[in-house]
Amino acid sequence: MADHAHVETLALREQFDTAAQQKDASTLGMWIFLITEIMFFGGMFMVYTVYRSAYPDVFAIASSTLNVYIGAANTVVLLCSSLTMVLAVRAAQLGQKKAIVTFIVLTLILGFVFLGVKAYEWNEKFQEHHIPGLSFHLEEVAPGLQGQAQLFFSLYFAMTGLHALHMVIGAGIMFVLIRHAMQGRYNAEYYTPVDVGGLYWHFVDIIWIFLFPLLYLIDRHLKG
Amino acid sequence: MTGHHHIDSVKTYVFVFLALIFATVATTAVAFVDLGRFSVVVALAIAVCKMLLVALFFMHVRHSTALTKLVLIGALLWLAILILVTLSDFASRGWIGTLGR
Repeated sequence: MADHAHVETLALREQFDTAAQQKDASTLGMWIFLITEIMFFGGMFMVYTVYRSAYPDVFAIASSTLNVYIGAANTVVLLCSSLTMVLAVRAAQLGQKKAIVTFIVLTLILGFVFLGVKAYEWNEKFQEHHIPGLSFHLEEVAPGLQGQAQLFFSLYFAMTGLHALHMVIGAGIMFVLIRHAMQGRYNAEYYTPVDVGGLYWHFVDIIWIFLFPLLYLIDRHLKG
Repeated sequence: MTGHHHIDSVKTYVFVFLALIFATVATTAVAFVDLGRFSVVVALAIAVCKMLLVALFFMHVRHSTALTKLVLIGALLWLAILILVTLSDFASRGWIGTLGR
């Protein structure tokens, strides 16, 4: 190796043999992080499952107060953002520098639309006194069972809140990607941050794919 | 040296996207039908299908290295342990009717 000057590039850092090896390492590293996230959210889903099976009747009533159509529309928004994200990665693979920026900007906008709708939903909960706390009141549930209803909404806010926090972090990542893409940092040889940022964005999408049916849908038929 | 040159067509992505939208509409519509206890099963089955579509196509798992796939399967195993062992505990607590109840 001493016979030629080693020039370090973004695509091939000194500690790697080939650019492909470096890319594999980055991808695997991101997946390991996402797995810790799976276990983190998995614990929340676990708690939700246990309490839902402990208090099925009140959870069914409480979950039926959520607006299915807003939830479904927001799912579609998030799926659209996943499409634009994967198209951004594709643009990067092809080295289309302008398209990378366009698609990430679209992804970011759709992410903000999702958060805006979420904010609207939460605001509604404030007005209806569905926020766990002293002024909590769910009309459809008997006075003695208000605690169980509060438990549902505590889990609702914890889970959608943590999901929204991940969306905000994702938006931050998108801002950085847009900035770097505009500086022309990414090309067909090196686009790992776009790829890995995309993995994070799609992961957050998958969490919502499970949150939507579990929070909004599964007891809907009881209300008719 | 695996799969860094796989570039899927826009058509593939749009097709996967349309399948995801269809699944979202289907899961919402079927939620209003009374399937009894099976409504949970159907909702989760559709969610798992959507997850697989996103992971395999959008997250490029189908072009990933064998190591990445192995690590992912390992993760799902750990998640299964978390869920199955906890649920078996909660489900069986009433069976003996003594301690912990």
